[in-house]
Amino acid sequence: MTGTLPGQSLSGPLVEIRKLSHSFGGHKALNEVSLTVEPGSYTVLLGPSGSGKTTLLSIIGGFVHPNEGSVFIRGNDFTRAPPARRPTATVFQDYALFPHLTVGNNVGFGLRMRGVPRAARASKVRDALAMVGLADAIHKRPHQLSGGQRQRVALARALVVEPAVLLLDEPLGALDLKLRRQMQDELKALQKRVGTAFIHVTHDQEEAMALADHCVVMSDGRIEDQGPAERVYSRPASRFSATFMGESTLISGKILDLGMDEIRVDTQVGPLSLAGAGEPGFDVSLAIRPEHITLVPESGSVSLGEAVVTDVVFQGSFKRVLAVSTRDPDVTFIAKLRSSYGVAIGDKVELYATPADMVLLSR
Amino acid sequence: MKTAGKILVSAYALAIYGFIFLPVIVLVLFSLQASSFPIPPFTGPSLRWYEAVLSDRRLMSALFNSVVLAGLSSAVAVTLGFLAAWGFARYHLPRSSLMRALITLPLTVSYLIIGMGLLIVFNWAGVPKSLLAAGIGHVVINLPLCFAIIYSQMGDNQVNFERAARDLGASEWKVLFLVSVPVLWPAIFASFFLSMTFSWDEFVIAFLLTRFDTTLPVEIWNLLRSGLNPRTNAIGSLVFGVSIVMALLLELVFLRRTRR
Repeated sequence: MTGTLPGQSLSGPLVEIRKLSHSFGGHKALNEVSLTVEPGSYTVLLGPSGSGKTTLLSIIGGFVHPNEGSVFIRGNDFTRAPPARRPTATVFQDYALFPHLTVGNNVGFGLRMRGVPRAARASKVRDALAMVGLADAIHKRPHQLSGGQRQRVALARALVVEPAVLLLDEPLGALDLKLRRQMQDELKALQKRVGTAFIHVTHDQEEAMALADHCVVMSDGRIEDQGPAERVYSRPASRFSATFMGESTLISGKILDLGMDEIRVDTQVGPLSLAGAGEPGFDVSLAIRPEHITLVPESGSVSLGEAVVTDVVFQGSFKRVLAVSTRDPDVTFIAKLRSSYGVAIGDKVELYATPADMVLLSR
Repeated sequence: MKTAGKILVSAYALAIYGFIFLPVIVLVLFSLQASSFPIPPFTGPSLRWYEAVLSDRRLMSALFNSVVLAGLSSAVAVTLGFLAAWGFARYHLPRSSLMRALITLPLTVSYLIIGMGLLIVFNWAGVPKSLLAAGIGHVVINLPLCFAIIYSQMGDNQVNFERAARDLGASEWKVLFLVSVPVLWPAIFASFFLSMTFSWDEFVIAFLLTRFDTTLPVEIWNLLRSGLNPRTNAIGSLVFGVSIVMALLLELVFLRRTRR
């Protein structure tokens, strides 16, 4: 059941979400969210719990009907269609494999519902299981499989019906860290191989960075930032995005005046000049990634003032250092320093960063 | 001292099991009596009373009635109990916990009261005393049990299985018959057999609500009114045997489930 009609254009976005809003009781779970998903892309919805990412996925899958807004898939309006009539398939957080059916019959369930004849079904099921490396588990029951294997069966079961979009609801959440990183690589490889668009919900920013072609950072029912994962990391669009997708030091300030193509900002740690645009008097923030803060001046870098080291955590190849600015104790610098630096708690240090590495945020 | 304690414990255990099983053993033993009175000395073994029972048309038709009544009323009770449990588990109903309490309430009311209530209602509604009336009575007493057992097995993962089935294209009927019912099969099976045993043994409601065609327990009571007789022992032993078989079947289902 694919939603493509003859003569319909396939050049547009695969999924188009227009101004979705939804409330549960009095709580606004989604607030005017718009999003497009391109064919063959891997989209990750990243956010803390309660950010609305799971609600958004449930609306795309048809499990929740939104109060306002619409969902188009391949150009057709599916906003009110039940899950069974959508060209989507879901990998659930707990996998939801049918315990009374064998692995083979689990994977074949969707095909059976679509009336695919037994013989064709069997061969598709075998192919799907082979694709996830579980060809010999076909006659087993779900309870005989490990967590990682169940996850793969759930993937095969959803992919075998050839959905236009595969929805994954925290698919790696139930696995331990090592297995999670391994499955993460497999997911990415699988997605490239089958070419189906994936929409993946997670609260794990490392997972998001590793998987996403298109990363959507959500908070409080809104999309805070979206774009290629590298862009979202290096040039976050908001304070939330700068601190949720990786860490950042945030320094707030007010725009003083504008130069040719740079502005001067009066910050908590003193005036700083950097490239950007804005109106004088506007409140802004500067975000600096931990790897861009140094203890020694480099060419082009400027001083961020003195700070007292409050925490040093050795993390192998680097040390994660927290330091409180002596000028404004509200500013806590987060820096990743090479392990060879000898810093200790209580040390007074001077910190530096290059203006080009500072991101100007207006919200 | 230690051995004395052991002897005491063993005697206690023996007394308990004796208390429970001695009447049954006596019942079964004297059903094999060769002479006409089920009192010592034992003169058997003989199967003449079983022969007499099996060739008694009244008893056999009562046995048949009991089997049909147990089977049909349990099937109805399980079906209604399952649907009620499903409804309560899937939908947010107003006053859900009060409604659930009301459904399970008959479990705590004595069969005599239920039977009397039904008798009055049927009388008023013009429903004659019959096996159908007794069947309805058995549904009333067994539905709460089936509901309670099946509802207790409907957890969140049940909801997730159904959601997954819908996502894969299943219509609501297919969700029900290909996922919900098979996943809950052990609970459904268990509640069906439990209902069967209760209905099979039930006397008060059947006594109050039937007249000409009646069930085996009522017919046995009729027999007992004319005094003890090895025939009553024989039919009693048969009833006991059937109950044991049903209890074993129930046990098997649960055992198979825990092994899985």
